[in-house]
Amino acid sequence: MDMKVKKKLALKEKFALMTRGLAWETSYEPMEAVYPQMAYEGLRIHNWDAWEDPFRMTMDAYWKYQAEKERKLYAIIDAFAQNNGHLGVTDARYINALKIFLSAVPMLEYNAHRGFARLGREMRGVGPQIACQMQAIDELRHAQTQIHSLSNYNRFYNGFHDWKHMSDRVWYLSVPKSFFEDACTCGPFEFIIAISFSFEYVLTNLVFMPFISGAAYNGDLGAMTFGFSAQSDEARHMTLGLEVIKFMLEQDPANLPIIQRWIDKWTWRGVRLLTIVAMLMDYMLPKRIMSWKEAWELYFEENGMALFNDLARYGIKLPDCTELIRKEKDHLSHQAWNAFYTAGMMTNFHTWIPTPEEMDWLASKYPDSFDQYYRPRFEHYRELEKAGKRFYNTSLPQLCQVCQIPMLFTEGDDPTQIAYRQVTHQGDKYHFCSDYCRDIFTHEPDKYVEAWLPAHQIFMGNCFNPGDDPSAAGFDPKKSVLDYWHIAFGRDNMDFEGSEDQKNFAAWRDQATRN
Amino acid sequence: MAVIAIGDFVGVAKDTVEHFHGNQLVYVGWDKHLMFYAPMCLCVPPAMRFRDLVAGPVAEVYAAHPQWAQIDWSRAVWLRSGEPFTPDPERSLAENGIGHKESLRLRTPGLDGIGGSGT
Repeated sequence: MDMKVKKKLALKEKFALMTRGLAWETSYEPMEAVYPQMAYEGLRIHNWDAWEDPFRMTMDAYWKYQAEKERKLYAIIDAFAQNNGHLGVTDARYINALKIFLSAVPMLEYNAHRGFARLGREMRGVGPQIACQMQAIDELRHAQTQIHSLSNYNRFYNGFHDWKHMSDRVWYLSVPKSFFEDACTCGPFEFIIAISFSFEYVLTNLVFMPFISGAAYNGDLGAMTFGFSAQSDEARHMTLGLEVIKFMLEQDPANLPIIQRWIDKWTWRGVRLLTIVAMLMDYMLPKRIMSWKEAWELYFEENGMALFNDLARYGIKLPDCTELIRKEKDHLSHQAWNAFYTAGMMTNFHTWIPTPEEMDWLASKYPDSFDQYYRPRFEHYRELEKAGKRFYNTSLPQLCQVCQIPMLFTEGDDPTQIAYRQVTHQGDKYHFCSDYCRDIFTHEPDKYVEAWLPAHQIFMGNCFNPGDDPSAAGFDPKKSVLDYWHIAFGRDNMDFEGSEDQKNFAAWRDQATRN
Repeated sequence: MAVIAIGDFVGVAKDTVEHFHGNQLVYVGWDKHLMFYAPMCLCVPPAMRFRDLVAGPVAEVYAAHPQWAQIDWSRAVWLRSGEPFTPDPERSLAENGIGHKESLRLRTPGLDGIGGSGT
């Protein structure tokens, strides 16, 4: 008998079978009961088949590509580790940027994984389901490769030892944590606008560029490689972000105001989160790529504007907060470094005063703000340091109820004046860093009254080291809180100058280059 | 609806005064002195005298600033929830209308931070 060989499927045919062909309409349960999360946000979707698959990728192709990326990545990570690649970075100060990265970003990736895994189940329509499933796996991979790449540094430097524990507890890490918890507790449509559109599409270049180009500029092959390994995934995620917003807008004109509100909210939430990235670019990279202000102008004001112009035909407007962001770009990084430098007793990384050359660089990049407002601050700290009185602010800061960042932002038109906003809700006062965080609160107060604000939790007594007795004689609350965070006082925190990291790096590099 | 949720959801405020063991929160900021990056959050008894608040926990932090010792207290202005008010230093926080999570700001005319830079 002749064997009947079936012709190999054409790519298009295979794609249809492996995606659309996997879905069906239920017969004994209503579709609304199978997808219960589709209605409550008020969005109207009439035709799921109008969804254009943005990736055109089937699962088998996906596995193949990802496996190749993993092989390359781990080969480089191994080589980096075996050749003491950490001694090739520009300056040990750089390693502190990685400490922030490790304690903030893998947790974000992991939560993105959780969010997209939910959407992979809840999205009605097989196109978005599969896109979300793939992204869920991507995000998990990103978390994992970041942890693996940076684990090498933990063998040599302080502050890397307990990032998972810290990311759930340390005061400033409640900012990224609460950002993602806010997103994950939204409905599925808001989540996808928040993460796929506002974060991945509008802001992702501003996150990747400083870390990954920063790593490349500063000789960190390990961190650079996981960045590149993730970048091709990011391109796919950005495509999903754009596709999803167009799909929702085209389905029903009533969707526009809901989506506009989400874009306004999440652009603002995202920009507030990037405050720490601004600081990292301007203050923590010994060899700088470009200033935060330049990056903002290129990636947001130019590229972002083009995107919003494109969406104008649907009626989408530029978020109102853009005007304040434009004013803040001259101040953001300096105000953030001022906060971390002076709060340097409570950090899991080291801080320092910029060198005179670095201050000149900052002045040249920020001609309208640095010399006038920030140089006097840092020079004053330098005088104190010279006198042996390095300045540490040991008080706990007032926090914004929504973004959870200390109230360090100034008024758009007065960089010497902290911005204060407050509302009274059900008899209690709530405080905000800006009109936009306040507006997010007043739209959904029942969500944000539940915020876990570290400064308040400390005063409630919820952040002392287990076993410590606050009523015992000689109880030191600050020490107990640092112990609870697993920050080793005098080793992980405080100034870079005189730190173990500084001494070890210098000694090891010396050994590597001389007899 | 006060939150977008799949079912009825009533938020439970996490930071109400009964969580603070008889104390209350007060936020204190000093305008134009950004050497202190944000207003401080303090946890103090409502019966504390206003004078003791300033001379105690507030001074403990702000005395690090060279202008703290130069303040002319007869000219200093306090804001409570953004509105000017005149506290009675001998009376308690409660008697001065300073409740839980109240925001206080100190203005010191003529003292605008180091070199007038707002630092």
